[in-house]
Amino acid sequence: MIKFQNISKIYPPHIVALENITFDIKPKEFVSIVGRSGSGKTTLLKLLLCEERPTSGQIFFDSEDLNKCKNLPKLRKRIGVVFQDYKLLPSKTAYENIAYAMEVIGASDEEIKRDVPQVLEVVGLQDRAENFPHELSGGEKQRISLARALIHRPDAILADEPTGNLDPYNKIEIIRLLKKINDIGTTVILATHDKEIINSLGQRVITLEEGRIIRDEERGRFIL
Amino acid sequence: MKREVVLYCKLQIANFKFMFISLKRIIRSGWLSFVRNKWLGIATISIMVMTIFLITSLFLLGGITKFLITSLQEKVDISVYLKADAQESDILGLKTDLEKIPDVKSVEYVSKDEALAQFKERHKSDNVILQALEEIGDNPLLATLNIKANQASQYEAITNFLESSFSYQNLIEKVNYRETKAIIDRIFSISANINTTGLIFSLILGFIAVLVAFNTVRMAIYSLREEIAVMRLVGASNWFIRGPFIIQGAIAGAIATLISLVLFLILMLFLSPKMDVLLPGFNLLGYFLGNLGTVILIQILTGVGLGVISSFIAIRRYLNV
Repeated sequence: MIKFQNISKIYPPHIVALENITFDIKPKEFVSIVGRSGSGKTTLLKLLLCEERPTSGQIFFDSEDLNKCKNLPKLRKRIGVVFQDYKLLPSKTAYENIAYAMEVIGASDEEIKRDVPQVLEVVGLQDRAENFPHELSGGEKQRISLARALIHRPDAILADEPTGNLDPYNKIEIIRLLKKINDIGTTVILATHDKEIINSLGQRVITLEEGRIIRDEERGRFIL
Repeated sequence: MKREVVLYCKLQIANFKFMFISLKRIIRSGWLSFVRNKWLGIATISIMVMTIFLITSLFLLGGITKFLITSLQEKVDISVYLKADAQESDILGLKTDLEKIPDVKSVEYVSKDEALAQFKERHKSDNVILQALEEIGDNPLLATLNIKANQASQYEAITNFLESSFSYQNLIEKVNYRETKAIIDRIFSISANINTTGLIFSLILGFIAVLVAFNTVRMAIYSLREEIAVMRLVGASNWFIRGPFIIQGAIAGAIATLISLVLFLILMLFLSPKMDVLLPGFNLLGYFLGNLGTVILIQILTGVGLGVISSFIAIRRYLNV
């Protein structure tokens, strides 16, 4: 489903973020990408989101060529994203934050009224709908962020250090949710440097070091 | 073929629906953000009120300057002194001739008797002069034609016309233009200077005010740059991001306009009687109300225009365009 072919990314003048990366991700896979800070995890995800363009090489999302980054809104609909710092809109309530993602693609009011409560239920925050982000805890914010990523029923979810700011209990909760999402058929790509999470998952792990893949194992463990 | 047409129509309807629903959401979202970011709104509005206030003041100042200049120029005229034995019918003939010249704004005839009455009125407290006049017995004053021209430069031509025209030579004693030329030129050059200085001054002040307001809006949007980034990430199109900010700018501008208008009305009511003492004959409130349409237009243009244009320009930096 996702294909990286000889991808290199160089930030001018000469910082090599990624060097000759090649891998495939199959549909419904749960892939973790691990590595130290600066190893290129975030750059990899940014390339997938069309926030950056590769210096050389090719990326495909199904048949879509991500070097061109045409029709961004359509791509955003197919790939949901979750960030370490949640990236919620502070002047909108939890409900409105999720609804916004639907509003931007022109979904009807009926669809929004139907889908948002559903996805809030999935993340277990129905009773937080009218709260603003600053009234929510870190874990709750991340769950709202996850709900927003899920609202379009995307084919893939990218999670960039989603547990980085959370306590152990909330961490487990978020990972449990990601697994649940994966179980219903969504590809999950998780970038993290949390050893416990990786070891408890027992899924495919791609290890990056200084912009290169040093390990790609089907049932990987956290080794750096 | 038919199916294609139906399909095309359906697509157009869908597009139209999308536009309509987006517009509705943009307006709603702009209004909500405006209400929720109260302090940002208040800061922007207060700066805008100051800007609108300044620009309206400049407009009124322009009116006052214009009034001052015209009243100054009104005072300028040349007098044609007519010979003591000139017949009134000839004088009136000359007056009609003069009025036919396009450069001439008005001609006023002051007869010998009127001139005497005016002279007496002017010197009524000065006994020496009145006694001297008594002693002469006869009316020593000459009848005059007071001519006002449209522009200072035209007095020269009018004077030349009077002096060179042979038919008037036995009618005219003298024209006082040569003596007053220096003063007339002076008055007109001063008023022209006031005009240009005022204009330059207004332009500079107006420019500064607009710049301040523009930068305030820019700062407001700068403080929201991360939100803009998030909106982009979620997949909002440029117009969907820009729209609410422009709506907010417009709302702030409209409120600022309203506040300035009310403020000015109160100020005018209060200041107008005082201005009457300072500038007799100039009714500030009357001028303000008389030009209310223009004033409101200026205020709306500054307020809403500034809000919308500043938002538009400021947000460009944070959009992927």
